Amino acid sequence: MEATYIKAINAALHEEMRRDENVFVMGEDVADLGGAFKATEGLLDVFGEERVIDTPISEALIVGAGIGAAILGMRPVVEMQFADFISCGFDQIVNTAATLRYRHGGKAACPLVIRAPSGAGVHGALFHSQNPEAWFTRVPGLKVVAPATPYDAKGILKSAIRDGNPVVYFEHKRLYRSIKEDLPEGDFTVPIGVAEIRKPGDDLSIITYGGTLGQSLDAARIVEKEDGLSVEVLDLRTLLPLDREAILATARKTGKVLVVHEDRLTGGIGGEVAAIVAENAFEYLDGPVRRVAALDAPVAFSPPLENAILPNTNKIVDAIRSLAAY
Amino acid sequence: MAETNVARGAAEPAPRVEYELQLYYWMKLIRAFEERASRLHRQNKIFGGVYSGAGQEAIVTGICTPLRDGDFVAPLHRDLGVFLMRGVDPGRLMAQLMGKETGLSRGKDSFLHGGDLELGVFGSTSMLGSSLPVAAGAALKFKMKKNPNVAVAFFGEGASSRGDVHEAMNFAGVHKLPVVFVCENNRYAYSTPLEKQMAIEDVADRAVAYGFKGYTCSGNDLLAVLELSERVIERTRAGEGPVLIECKTYRYRGHSEHDAALYRDQEELIEWQSRDPIPRFEFYLEKKGHDLKHIREQIDERVNQAVQAAVEFAENSPLPEPKEALEDIYAPPGAAPIPPNTSSNGNPGR
Repeated sequence: MEATYIKAINAALHEEMRRDENVFVMGEDVADLGGAFKATEGLLDVFGEERVIDTPISEALIVGAGIGAAILGMRPVVEMQFADFISCGFDQIVNTAATLRYRHGGKAACPLVIRAPSGAGVHGALFHSQNPEAWFTRVPGLKVVAPATPYDAKGILKSAIRDGNPVVYFEHKRLYRSIKEDLPEGDFTVPIGVAEIRKPGDDLSIITYGGTLGQSLDAARIVEKEDGLSVEVLDLRTLLPLDREAILATARKTGKVLVVHEDRLTGGIGGEVAAIVAENAFEYLDGPVRRVAALDAPVAFSPPLENAILPNTNKIVDAIRSLAAY
Repeated sequence: MAETNVARGAAEPAPRVEYELQLYYWMKLIRAFEERASRLHRQNKIFGGVYSGAGQEAIVTGICTPLRDGDFVAPLHRDLGVFLMRGVDPGRLMAQLMGKETGLSRGKDSFLHGGDLELGVFGSTSMLGSSLPVAAGAALKFKMKKNPNVAVAFFGEGASSRGDVHEAMNFAGVHKLPVVFVCENNRYAYSTPLEKQMAIEDVADRAVAYGFKGYTCSGNDLLAVLELSERVIERTRAGEGPVLIECKTYRYRGHSEHDAALYRDQEELIEWQSRDPIPRFEFYLEKKGHDLKHIREQIDERVNQAVQAAVEFAENSPLPEPKEALEDIYAPPGAAPIPPNTSSNGNPGR
């Protein structure tokens, strides 16, 4: 079955709700409308309003009620209409959910998935473009995932729903309808915490995830053709916990690491990746770990500003050439 | 637990007598536990924040009495009585306060921030009011699964200013969820008096804006709390939707033990202490013909034994090992949530 990224998410929700009657979805406009992006389309017709719940504009409630249902054995998948709005549910995620098991002496589980449509490049401006994943990647007790392909979007969402921990699931809006692939029939999952080599290479490694995987692969192909450079591209897929082995393996293999993400530079996960490499693979490096990320600015609206702020294929190509020449 | 039956001369059937003495026992146990915790804090045996609920015992006792196994309760940080009444072993609770391995959170969090979900007690965070959305979610589960249970969320009038409280009540109203919101209005949010917190007198007035009923009662009068809770919690349990119960009360001690509460008028404190829930209930028992002196002696002995045993258990318990700092952060694969135990259904007041 050929599926777009958004269809893959939708299919995962349909299949998981069919598989387990404790799975339900809740969020703003998820029922009749099928979600602002149609991720929950068709669920209401199949599963009814008891399991497909429209909520008021109340992000703290959406997350908090998800927690309350989850700790009693339900498996809620709650939606933040835009990842930007997750700030309104922040306390419930980082305090109530993330510490739940810890403060109950290990006698609790919180199988909650928080879907967060994130990312720029859709003229979303300041409050519909954010990539707030790094707010969560330093919170013990959470898992944070950011799939970059339809296959992973489906397989990781299924894993998240079956996990016993709160999982923040960042889905990139620009990918929703811009990429598609053939998905196998039947049930499959993609494990959380495992990165994936998207393109093997020898001269330099790009470590990326989510919205910048496609741009990174494009850039790798360009420098391969034009410069004869062999670039390996590692897709992190999960941001918490990081797949340290995969990060170190590619760093040791090529000796040059470029981290690419659409999130801002300062405090982004790229800094942590760079530190892991520097601490554990220093003697393998032939150059500094470099980063391509959004400028340290809000994601502005007007196209010249937005382009200046966000990473793109050309910026990645330039960074590859500079690092390769180091 | 309710083996005390010393009501010589009481002209009522034994179950009623037993019930009233059990209520008295709970209030006395909670008060004694509170006082011991404050003392242990002064002796440096309990460190960190100790948030006394002394003076507010009638509220927890009155609200928890009609609850059943399988119900979900989110206590606030002064409600140690919730833990005791839901069946948490007093020793485990004292160990929790001392940061011991045998405490509810195994030393991970302080005071009442541990929970026991099997007993339906949720460990609330310090973000006051944030447990109300959680309770709404628990109630949503009860409704979805047609469980005959209620979720109860305690909060202070201080927390009632938070958005979480509004969001939870609004959602609960929309979906007619089986959730009971209990406001312990003790007139101070840390140091901030009521009139600087809200422009209305009663938090209960807000319920109407969410489409359900709000009631006020004296939180220092056990019988008043009970009369209300038994009536309205049953309605909520029967599917009539959420309810807000506001109990007017007063915090005897400071916000926490380090707070001398000098911002309050001494006269005000004395006035409220003259309305203490325990002597008030004793007066009731005495007027009903119970031998109060005898009852008090017997209950005091039980209470003191229970508290002493709890302290000894906690003091003899080990502190956690440093390596445990990294334990219990993540649920391993296959770990299942732990819903409240319903094996002994319908055991009011434990």
